[in-house]
Amino acid sequence: MPELNAIQKKILEEVADLHKVPEGAYNIRSDSKSVGRRSTENIEITPKTDVSGLDIRIRPGTKNESVHIPVILTESGLKETVYNDFYIGEGADVLIVAGCGIDNCGSQDSEHDGIHRFFVERGASVRYVEKHYGQGDGRGKRILNPVTEVTLEEGASMEMEMVQIKGVDDTERKTVAALGADAKLVVRERLMTHGAQRAISAYDVQLNGKGASADVVSRSVAKDESFQRFDAKITGNAECRGHTECDSIIMDRGKILAVPALEANDVDAALVHEAAIGKIAGAQLIKLMTLGLTEREAEEQIVNGFLS
Amino acid sequence: MLEVKNVSFDVADDAGRKEILRDVSLTVPDRELLVITGPNGGGKSTLAKLIAGIERPTAGKIFFEGEDITNKNVTERARAGIAFAFQNPVRFKGIRVLDLLRLATGKNASVAEACEYLSLVGLCAKEYVNREVNDSLSGGELKRIEIATVIARSAKLSVFDEPEAGIDLWSFQNLIKVFRKMRADIRDSSIVIISHQERILRIADEIVVLKDGRVERRGAPDELFPSLGEAGNVSVPCRMAEGEC
Repeated sequence: MPELNAIQKKILEEVADLHKVPEGAYNIRSDSKSVGRRSTENIEITPKTDVSGLDIRIRPGTKNESVHIPVILTESGLKETVYNDFYIGEGADVLIVAGCGIDNCGSQDSEHDGIHRFFVERGASVRYVEKHYGQGDGRGKRILNPVTEVTLEEGASMEMEMVQIKGVDDTERKTVAALGADAKLVVRERLMTHGAQRAISAYDVQLNGKGASADVVSRSVAKDESFQRFDAKITGNAECRGHTECDSIIMDRGKILAVPALEANDVDAALVHEAAIGKIAGAQLIKLMTLGLTEREAEEQIVNGFLS
Repeated sequence: MLEVKNVSFDVADDAGRKEILRDVSLTVPDRELLVITGPNGGGKSTLAKLIAGIERPTAGKIFFEGEDITNKNVTERARAGIAFAFQNPVRFKGIRVLDLLRLATGKNASVAEACEYLSLVGLCAKEYVNREVNDSLSGGELKRIEIATVIARSAKLSVFDEPEAGIDLWSFQNLIKVFRKMRADIRDSSIVIISHQERILRIADEIVVLKDGRVERRGAPDELFPSLGEAGNVSVPCRMAEGEC
């Protein structure tokens, strides 16, 4: 049972909704060290020997189990790249909660680059939750550059919830997925930037097998002077269905660039993209004000709802 | 009690200024349901927005509970006890019906409490309480939810801007019931409904006919009904029996 200080506990709560040590398998990494790890009968977590990171092996048929691998950075100036590989056995059905929180009170930049690879075998199902969060009043930046690579075998499915709501100064997130026959990928990304933050999120989804489907939806809010770029590309190489959507609220002097792209290499590939950027509608503010909210409270409600 | 005193409202147009309301005065006493009717373009919705604070009058004053609220904003008027139902209700991505009802009640209302308000407007509460107030709702559903949020406010004055607009006949039947119930439970509050519908006019304590930006007539339904057709009102008789609705 790891001993956690108040900052570590706060970050764990933000990135993994954890108030205590999680049930099931877990690894808690704090300032480049594992401060707690547990494998279970069906889920084995072992540290890599060549690079920093973990191998997480989930036995075929494992049902209703979870893995938590939160990362905490509290040392200003710490920069790390971590390689985590997930092997999800045939027919398994699991929840994986990752996430990284940086507390930077110093003047140097702190950076965590997590490279996650998922190998999801036939018929397995994964729900993956990744939350990124930053806090601390130092001048040093909080930087997160996650790379997620997903390979879904026939009939496998993965639902990804990617959330970055607060405090991350700079992020470049890249998600690449290759889907076999009847595999299914659902992505729900929620992003808010404020201050002078910059966030770039790129998806490259290859639908390779007959019956594969992908639904990539991003909702984002850019406040103050922040900048966001959303690149989503879906390629259909077989009879498949793909949908990507970027829906953004722009506020203050924010800037948003949405670049949806579709590539069909098969006559039976059905691909759709939607992108919308706009400010909060005046009528929405007025409606909430007629319920007694101030304009600022109304704005907060609308943004929170949009990102919920 | 609401008092609108000598209120005028102009807007800028190509020809300079266009007069929408001219020297309108009316009073809505406590325990009264007032229906404002009249032809399209007569200024009814503008008057409703002036009462809620969404627009400000060019001239004149508005008093609520004896206090001059002319310069108060939408939030201040809402907090003073004025509720407003939009003619075209707004949609919100990510905000649930339950969230909206909680904001309306001003407290963390329980799901059971929220469901009661939905049941009042004829919506099967379980189906709707966790739904988002977004494009997945039909115009009629949205309108009923809008009315539920106003009922949930239990305000001193509730203003409904054309509640019948855009709803189907079945919903309209329900709407009449809702207003009848509101009228029965009025206590010290008052209700203003902007409407063209005869059946809504029939449940009014008083009717004001607004035409060309002026109060043309006012009186009890029985007094005004013989001549109301001339004012441009449309009446859509409902052929469904009340019991079926």
